[in-house]
Amino acid sequence: MDMQYSPEQLAFRDEVRAWIQSAMPAHIKEKADNGGNFEHEEIMEWHKVLHSKGWVAPNWPEEVGGTGWDVAQRHIFSEELVRANAPSLSPFGLSMVGPLLIQFGNDDQKKRFLPKILSGEEVWCQGYSEPNAGSDLASLRLSADKEGDDYVLNGQKTWTTHAQYADWIFVLARTSTEGKPQAGISFLLADIHNTPGIDVKPFMTTGGTMAFSETWFDNARVPQENRVGPENEGWTMAKALLGHERTTIGGVAESYRWLMMIKRIARDTPAGEGTLWDDPRFRQRVAELEIRQRVVGIANLRTLADAQVGHAPGPESSILKIVGTELYQEVTELAMDALGHNALGWIDSPSDALPVYQQSIASEFNYLRASTIYGGSNEIQKNIISKAILGLPSS
Amino acid sequence: MNFDLTDEQQMIVDAVSKYVENDSPVERFRKLRDTETGWEAKAWQTMGEYGWLGVAFPEEQGGFGGSFVDVALILEQLGRTLVPEPFIASVVLAGGLVSRLGTPEQIERVLAPMIAGETTLALAYAETQSRYDLFDCATKAEKSAGGYTISGEKVWVLNGHSADAYVVVARTSGGRRDEDGLSLFLVENGTKGLSRVRVPCMDGQSAGLLKLEGVEVPAESLLGEEGAALSHLEWAIDRGAAAACAEAQGCLGELLDRTVEYLKERKQFGRAIGTFQALQHRAADMFAEVQLCRGTMYVAAISADSDDVDTRRAEISVAKTQLTRGGWFVQENAVQLFGGIAITDEQDTGLFFKRVRVLQGLFGDADHHTARYQTSPRFELGAD
Repeated sequence: MDMQYSPEQLAFRDEVRAWIQSAMPAHIKEKADNGGNFEHEEIMEWHKVLHSKGWVAPNWPEEVGGTGWDVAQRHIFSEELVRANAPSLSPFGLSMVGPLLIQFGNDDQKKRFLPKILSGEEVWCQGYSEPNAGSDLASLRLSADKEGDDYVLNGQKTWTTHAQYADWIFVLARTSTEGKPQAGISFLLADIHNTPGIDVKPFMTTGGTMAFSETWFDNARVPQENRVGPENEGWTMAKALLGHERTTIGGVAESYRWLMMIKRIARDTPAGEGTLWDDPRFRQRVAELEIRQRVVGIANLRTLADAQVGHAPGPESSILKIVGTELYQEVTELAMDALGHNALGWIDSPSDALPVYQQSIASEFNYLRASTIYGGSNEIQKNIISKAILGLPSS
Repeated sequence: MNFDLTDEQQMIVDAVSKYVENDSPVERFRKLRDTETGWEAKAWQTMGEYGWLGVAFPEEQGGFGGSFVDVALILEQLGRTLVPEPFIASVVLAGGLVSRLGTPEQIERVLAPMIAGETTLALAYAETQSRYDLFDCATKAEKSAGGYTISGEKVWVLNGHSADAYVVVARTSGGRRDEDGLSLFLVENGTKGLSRVRVPCMDGQSAGLLKLEGVEVPAESLLGEEGAALSHLEWAIDRGAAAACAEAQGCLGELLDRTVEYLKERKQFGRAIGTFQALQHRAADMFAEVQLCRGTMYVAAISADSDDVDTRRAEISVAKTQLTRGGWFVQENAVQLFGGIAITDEQDTGLFFKRVRVLQGLFGDADHHTARYQTSPRFELGAD
């Protein structure tokens, strides 16, 4: 056992750190340094910068555009991105449908889709949840009926994150009503702009942003060649896809960045004769969460270290979503407390009332209530742990 | 970055695991807890013969040159069946200090027989008023013609009721709460002026209350440099905290496993109570905390050997806080899920519950370690 980075890894970290600072366009860097929220255009601009360096898809195999880094290097890279507060890239192409195509797609599909995911020319979104299929995802009803060479899609998806920016959507659709609900689902790829009958309607979240959309399908025709994997095997693929996000969905690195920001707020916030940072009760709360962040971070490192030596993620990885998102929320709650009166502010409060780096805190605090719900709610995760790991019986 | 056990470490785990299952099940602890000593010389000798007592000491001192991770792996197994032999007191605390600071003569005389399983040691540091402040020491050692004269009182000395020799913390200069002026002395049991009282503890083990009334020791009893013991004492207590995390890991793992088995067996309302989602989710949360404890326990054990004092302090404070907060979630819910049977003495849950609670309070609780963490450079504004 050891926890040390090797000299080579430290040199790699320094290289990455320096490159990020030099490569970030000035207007993005200014926003990053001020903790600002990034617009879609800025995120895609950063995507292209990473792509031109060849660093946009570290988790892909080298032969299809990955970096060839080992797990430790990938971890260092993602830590450095968070540390620099660089824009978070959209995960739907790079982390979700991309790896899925690499694993299950045919050669034509790989050639058609992977290069444009890498380059950022095509932006993806995910069509899983439906109004009546949330935690019980397998009860989904978006129908895909065969007609000639196509599937004809009818129904509705919801919670399609950033669908308004997307060119393509991957959907789970019902191709059969035979057998168990899980058995009749297929994984399809649909071109949003060039398929008549697909309608994207963004809606406002409590975070004050249009993070999600409803996506409607009205006799939308999708060629059968856009099905990934065998018909009615979509559920298996959807589950495989979940494995790709285990170490990132908990937001462990983001929690760390928030803690650093909380200290900055405390230093900038007058309280009594000094600042909030002089208040031992406040410092105690920061310390408690920073310790918890380290505790969860170590569990994350163990999962990464397991992956490095080729082990399947150990049982500890299944807890990361739960404990990571709970921590993430607590950290945003503490940030709100740190703001005091400034917590009344909102994303469009003027900067002479609310410093720029504090303007998105209330929005994120509200939006991140979703973190314990999305990606399989934490209660669903506990069902999985109690049955699949602890072997507790079904009722 | 790597959390895998080496082949040698896996062999140690397998050997200790076999020992606790075959030779020291919980029933052995049950029998011993009512006895005067509370542990058995025979078992201690066996551990010496297997080499477990010397695993992390340098080879030139008669040890095996292993790491503190090896010690932690042994302790975790010992925790699984509540093995009561004084491993932490003798090997980690007192043995650690003798190994670190001892002269060749002291190591030969005090450490070697302990490694062989012939004797046990204890570290006498805590005092009634000291709480977790290691520098807070009213016990005094005054220079005399032949050496030093030690007077004072030490409380909650682990293995203090039965050790063959003690490492005693005493003040050779300064006031009660000064950081400078602490010294360590080797004092053998039976030395004139030293008296000890056995103090039964909550967990069924015992500690000692030591009275030192004008105890005369020769100059060669001084362990390490006079007046400069604090940093070494803190090192030893940090290792004690890492050891507590390791032993408790064994207890917590048992509590989780036993609770989950019980949920599968126990029937109410005509079905296994493990079918109830309220209880399933509690068990899943327990599983999460046990996993989190395991990671921090490993990191604490790795850091216990680190020369970087800031890292050692920070990581061990993280682990001890997690043991005390996250571990508590596990033990309290083990009792809750077992129900009333868990508060009978006949059933083992309470034994593990109590042992973990003792380990949580030793070497600094969560409040202490959360406060100490705030003195870490990594906690400072702008640290990154």
